[in-house]
Amino acid sequence: MSGVAKIEVTVAEVVEVNPMIKRFRFVRSDGGAMPAFSGGAHTVVEMQDGPTRRMNPYSLMGDPADRSGYEISVRRDEVGRGGSLYMHRHVSQGMAMVISHPVNLFPLDLRARKHLLLAGGIGITPFLAQIAQLSAMNGRFELHYSARTPALGAYMAELKARHGDRVHLYFDDQKQVVPLENLLTGQPLGTHLYICGPKGMITWVRTAAELAGWPSAALHHEEFLAPPVGNPFQVSLQASGKAITVAGHQSLLEAIEAAGIDAPYLCRGGACGHCETDVLACDGRIQHNDHWLTDEQKASDTKIMPCVSRFEGHSLVLDR
Amino acid sequence: MGLDLKPNFQPNFRDETFREDFTFFNSPTAIKRFPFPFDQDSYMYAVNMEPHVPGRPGSVFEHTFDVDEHYVAEMRERALVLAEDPLRCQSLPHMTLAGWDLLELIMGTKAADYPQWFELHRDGNRWHWINHPLGIDQHFTFLDDTTLPCGPMEYITRQTQGDFTLQDQREDNLWMEAGMVTTQADWSLDFDIGMHFFEWHAPVPLAHEKGIFVRALKFLMNVRHGAPARRFNWTMTVNPLLDTAPETYPKWGTMRTTVTPENVGEKLHLRVELQTFFRLPRSNALVFPIRCYLISFNELVTQPKWARRLHRVIRDLPAELATYKGFIGNRPIMVDWLAKYDDGAPTSPGIWPD
Repeated sequence: MSGVAKIEVTVAEVVEVNPMIKRFRFVRSDGGAMPAFSGGAHTVVEMQDGPTRRMNPYSLMGDPADRSGYEISVRRDEVGRGGSLYMHRHVSQGMAMVISHPVNLFPLDLRARKHLLLAGGIGITPFLAQIAQLSAMNGRFELHYSARTPALGAYMAELKARHGDRVHLYFDDQKQVVPLENLLTGQPLGTHLYICGPKGMITWVRTAAELAGWPSAALHHEEFLAPPVGNPFQVSLQASGKAITVAGHQSLLEAIEAAGIDAPYLCRGGACGHCETDVLACDGRIQHNDHWLTDEQKASDTKIMPCVSRFEGHSLVLDR
Repeated sequence: MGLDLKPNFQPNFRDETFREDFTFFNSPTAIKRFPFPFDQDSYMYAVNMEPHVPGRPGSVFEHTFDVDEHYVAEMRERALVLAEDPLRCQSLPHMTLAGWDLLELIMGTKAADYPQWFELHRDGNRWHWINHPLGIDQHFTFLDDTTLPCGPMEYITRQTQGDFTLQDQREDNLWMEAGMVTTQADWSLDFDIGMHFFEWHAPVPLAHEKGIFVRALKFLMNVRHGAPARRFNWTMTVNPLLDTAPETYPKWGTMRTTVTPENVGEKLHLRVELQTFFRLPRSNALVFPIRCYLISFNELVTQPKWARRLHRVIRDLPAELATYKGFIGNRPIMVDWLAKYDDGAPTSPGIWPD
């Protein structure tokens, strides 16, 4: 059982934030209040994109104390599978949609004496909610936010106006770089570090922090993988007695769901481990794209994360 | 810091005690709705989780938080325990937000489920809470700790049956970092606070070897807001004691040696914990409400299906479990007495009485 609690919503507003990013506001279709949430939480948005049902996670960026609606920002990805393109092209004000209850895989550690937030590009969105939460609690924070150009730096002006010296901005086109070494060596004891942005940035910051001696419990990052596109492949689902074909622009999890099977999931981005599935037989090569399985598990091909991973070869049999 | 209770027992709540003269008992209605935990004639540990969805009318599953005929007396008992030992309620500093989450969950659901007893009036963050059975009328500001007589978790759990632990989730584990624990089956919040899931479960026999806790932790860390879960646990208690804490063992431990073939029906109580698991929205913490229900053997055998099944479960339970649950010494007397109510007939599926 996936057991995901869902909310029927109406799109209340669509705003073009910049040439790459649109913001969507959802309110409950029954007029009620949204569930409260914690900064860093995401919702899974369901999209009926032609014959394909997509379910993409997006960070909630509004003030967690505001229960009148949820807001997300979506960056257009021209080469992806089409979830962001669907949001940009087809979702308009007044449309009815279904989203999940919030789930938080990137929470603040409320024991921290100080929260050091490092954002890259669209990775700013979970921090917007966390900053609102920290402001209400008089929490101590410092944001370092990089974007390619000033025009693509979504919400920079608002952040600067509201939080002044606590917000530091950097632009790639002006060759500005976060002074990482100084930042990592100049923090008070009890500081926690949070990173959200492109893969390269996360690796860079985490590696530097580990070298600088930061305890792993004080390092937090969030990276949702978009399910990669690939070649179509066949899968046998033993528990349900079905054989399915996964299309090139479809994830294995989406294909399982399209066959009418209620499979478990949570983040749909290879991070949470909820959709982990046993591999009963594998004649070929699994393309493990997740952050969840250990290297040994990946090498043994006994488990697969169907939200992001794919297969190439003769036959794959799953316990689903 | 306490609450000024002005208990009002009539007409829905029994004025009874869980200490000294032990006047606690279950009415015929309470017996019928008792959460009998065994769905078959034997018992072994399992990750026996199911969704905590509203269940059959009149049962303990009907509402999110069950309020029964023992409510007012249980709250008076909790106040007595806390007066003697304030460390039964503790909250580490970072768990205050989770306490507010819990207060919001309980007040909201109780006011909706039992409007005749509880009222919650909200104007933004200015809230007005009325608890008629306990005689409480409180205006306060939601999320402002200075507007309640004690912390939010303590405030609401002094008004709610069952123990509560609040778990922070981090480093792929759950950490018990706040709680209100006065109706426990021989474990101590003061000892366990700050421990992670495997540490506080370390004393449990057999279950670690079976991988139960690894799977249970994985399940719990994935409990989502809006989709709570529940399970049963159980043990045996001599005399209707809610508070069987390690701290007070000298007071109640020796009571276990007072069981005789003549008094076993009256003294032995099946103790059932209805454990529920909720994700809290603002803090991302998990709360485990652990609700204790007691039923004497005399009351239990009024339901023939339960009498037959309990006899078989107790008779066949592995010795390690009977030892851990603290009744290995009394088991022969219990089994002999229960055998009189077991004619060997098959029992029907499920937990409900016939």
